Amino acid sequence: MASVCFYFQVHQPFRLRRFSIFERGSDYFDEHLNRELLQKVATKCYLPANAVLYELIKRYEGRFRVAFSLSGVILEQFQQYLPAVLASFQKLAETGSVEILSETYHHSLSFLYSRDEFAEQVRLHRKAIEELFGQTPTVFRNTELIYNNEVAKAAAELGYQVVLCEGADHILGYRSPTFLYTPPDLPAVKLLLKNYRLSDDIAFRFSDRGWADYPLTTRKFANWVHQVNGNGYVVNLFLDYETFGEHQWAETGIFDFLRQLPEAVFRLPDNDFKTPSECAELYAPNGEYDVPHMISWADVERDLSAWLGNAMQSNALHELYRLEPLVKQLGDEALLTDWRRLQSSDHFYYMCTKYFADGTVHKYFNPYDTPYDSFINFMNVLDNLRGRLGGPALERFAAQVPAGPEM
Amino acid sequence: MRIFMLGWEFPPFISGGLGTACYGLTRGLDRRGVEVLFVLPRPVEDPDESHVRIVSPASAAIQIDADDEFDPLPGLEGMFQHAKFRSVAATLRPYARPEALDAAAQVEVSTRGATSGKPGPRRGTPVITSDEPPTSTTSNGGGPGAHYAGDLFSEVERYAVLARRVARQEDFDLIHAHDWMTYLAGIAVARQSGKPLVVHVHSTEFDRSGLHVNQRIYDIERAGMHAATRIICVSHLTRNVVLKHYGVDPRKVEVVYNAVDDDGNENETPLPPITRDEKIVLFLGRITMQKGPEYFLAAARRVLEVMDNVRFVMAGSGDMTRRMIELAAEMGIGHKVLFPGFLRGDDIRRVFNMADLYVMPSVSEPFGITPLEALSHDVPVLISKQSGVAEVLAHALKVDFWDVDEMANKIVAVLRHPPLSATLRDHGSFEVSRFSWTDSAANCVKVYETALGREVS
Repeated sequence: MASVCFYFQVHQPFRLRRFSIFERGSDYFDEHLNRELLQKVATKCYLPANAVLYELIKRYEGRFRVAFSLSGVILEQFQQYLPAVLASFQKLAETGSVEILSETYHHSLSFLYSRDEFAEQVRLHRKAIEELFGQTPTVFRNTELIYNNEVAKAAAELGYQVVLCEGADHILGYRSPTFLYTPPDLPAVKLLLKNYRLSDDIAFRFSDRGWADYPLTTRKFANWVHQVNGNGYVVNLFLDYETFGEHQWAETGIFDFLRQLPEAVFRLPDNDFKTPSECAELYAPNGEYDVPHMISWADVERDLSAWLGNAMQSNALHELYRLEPLVKQLGDEALLTDWRRLQSSDHFYYMCTKYFADGTVHKYFNPYDTPYDSFINFMNVLDNLRGRLGGPALERFAAQVPAGPEM
Repeated sequence: MRIFMLGWEFPPFISGGLGTACYGLTRGLDRRGVEVLFVLPRPVEDPDESHVRIVSPASAAIQIDADDEFDPLPGLEGMFQHAKFRSVAATLRPYARPEALDAAAQVEVSTRGATSGKPGPRRGTPVITSDEPPTSTTSNGGGPGAHYAGDLFSEVERYAVLARRVARQEDFDLIHAHDWMTYLAGIAVARQSGKPLVVHVHSTEFDRSGLHVNQRIYDIERAGMHAATRIICVSHLTRNVVLKHYGVDPRKVEVVYNAVDDDGNENETPLPPITRDEKIVLFLGRITMQKGPEYFLAAARRVLEVMDNVRFVMAGSGDMTRRMIELAAEMGIGHKVLFPGFLRGDDIRRVFNMADLYVMPSVSEPFGITPLEALSHDVPVLISKQSGVAEVLAHALKVDFWDVDEMANKIVAVLRHPPLSATLRDHGSFEVSRFSWTDSAANCVKVYETALGREVS
């Protein structure tokens, strides 16, 4: 038996507007740009891809199944700008063939900086999914598949028995990501590992004419899936949803590939589609996946260097999370929301200097010309937000303090 | 391969990037075993200014010093294996503006019309075929600098005549002429010898004068470019200007970027670090319209609105120096802006050592070597998007020269956030290490090969 397990990541951050050190107001986010980008991605990717998935789910009467992880911040933007897109995701969820995963509401790096904030964001996200999709997520994936043993532990503490992560070669060694694994000392938790080869065949190589296996036909891909039989159970295809129509344009035939893949998979015996929680239920773990150091699904390094690779990034993150106690003590909801929106990993990804001189990677939906512009803008916003913590807000907070002991 | 090279400034007698580029390029060619015969006007220290000026035309004897080979690098003998230098008694004052120096000549010049970018008629561009240098139009009674502009053109012609005489005694394969003052010489030598001419565009009249294009200079530039077999531009920015305004065949115009000297820091002893509370933002260049000094001051004023412990250093000299000193005072920031004058050598090292940020707000900058020098001294740079070097530097802050608020915004960020400065420095110094004059010279050699009709492998 070989189960294809699709999980699609759906996320767009609240991008910042140009914010100079001379700004006086506290309006940080570029509503126009965010709306425009969301509209563009929805038209090119979300809506057509959702239509294909819906068609497949109906055609195969539940045998075709997928999972989504939708960040809280993109759900908010759907509600604000494009409710029809949210409705099309809800329609998919209503089929019963779509599983929604758990993540941090703000698609943040909070696990690395504040376990409290991390737990709060996971709960916030769970609540949003329950309200919008009528299901409670049981499978956790951390932002950008950032993972180590501690992530599994923290997820277990929050009630998740299944966690997704990257199937990194340096940890797997000779072993295969087609099996399920457990973290050390947590036998109840099952790990599903991204099959990066087959995932990247679709995400990155699909339209690469220089690739030996170009063009990628559904028959060829289904054969690769079939080869797993006897050497594993699952083919975990974890992809950014924007792969369909945005990273791989419609003209490449990516939608046709998606539309025809189930037929090709079903044509060979013993193969099916399963969601992550179904895989975890069906298959026993096959050993331990011990990850003492952080891994992720980013770049070739599969580490944190995309968000924490230079001094600017770590400075920005430290300065941001340093404000947590004050932000939370003040009880100013608007300020808390702003502070949390600044946590989206994208803001730090834009500051990445890796490959910058080559001008190739880290470009998608990046509103900045350079990592330096991104850092300067972010720090100006943070400076402004810090200013709101002093002054009137601080006085209000101080005024509340005497009331404290009486409560 | 033997190159007959025509330039008008060379270290240590330099006032700008051209001399630095000629030196770097000649060293790069030297390392590649290319023989260079460099013909220069004879430099003389100018007592009136801290930098160099060439011998005064009114007093100069019109004669050729054919035997007067000199090493323009006192104390650096042995640096060149294959290069020879010849001085000729002409007065090409670097970066001289005829109109700034002589109002009377300006009237005469501007009546020639056209200030547009359209190629004008080439009347008035002399072709030097005579061996007799033109006599100066200046009377000796005018005092130093009087009627300089009229002289500048006759000196350009004089230099051409003398260069032609030198050329007759020499054997070479190709002529390489740097910027407009040497183009007439280049054309004359090419005609006489039948050898191909390569002109090297370090800047154009449009960069130096904005919209007030001097038609005579433009005509000389155009004549040089049209006479040339190949044209080397210091950036794509400049290449576009050349294609747009000078009507030359794009197929013969190539880009060779400038560099920083590979071993420029070799002999430097590290200076002790400076500990101080005050941040220093540096402007280093000629204080002229082209370099945008007033934008630097306007940004400084904005920076000082949000932070106090910062000082702005405007190092350099130029026709706008006095105006900038006055402007700083008018803005009420006079006490925060220093004008140390023209710097060289160790003083440049010292000022880089002190600086937290180098700013190049140029209105028009064909290339801009100074940002590379700043980076090689571990100083982060903020450069105008209107510069050629912005094409090749990824790890630099960039801003439109007119966007004073954004310039101030970025200056404040660098001064306030050490991690920004550190990241810019780390990546920038690595990036700049890839710019070598040896590579630039290699690219020039490719251009030479093409000009000589040889196959480029």
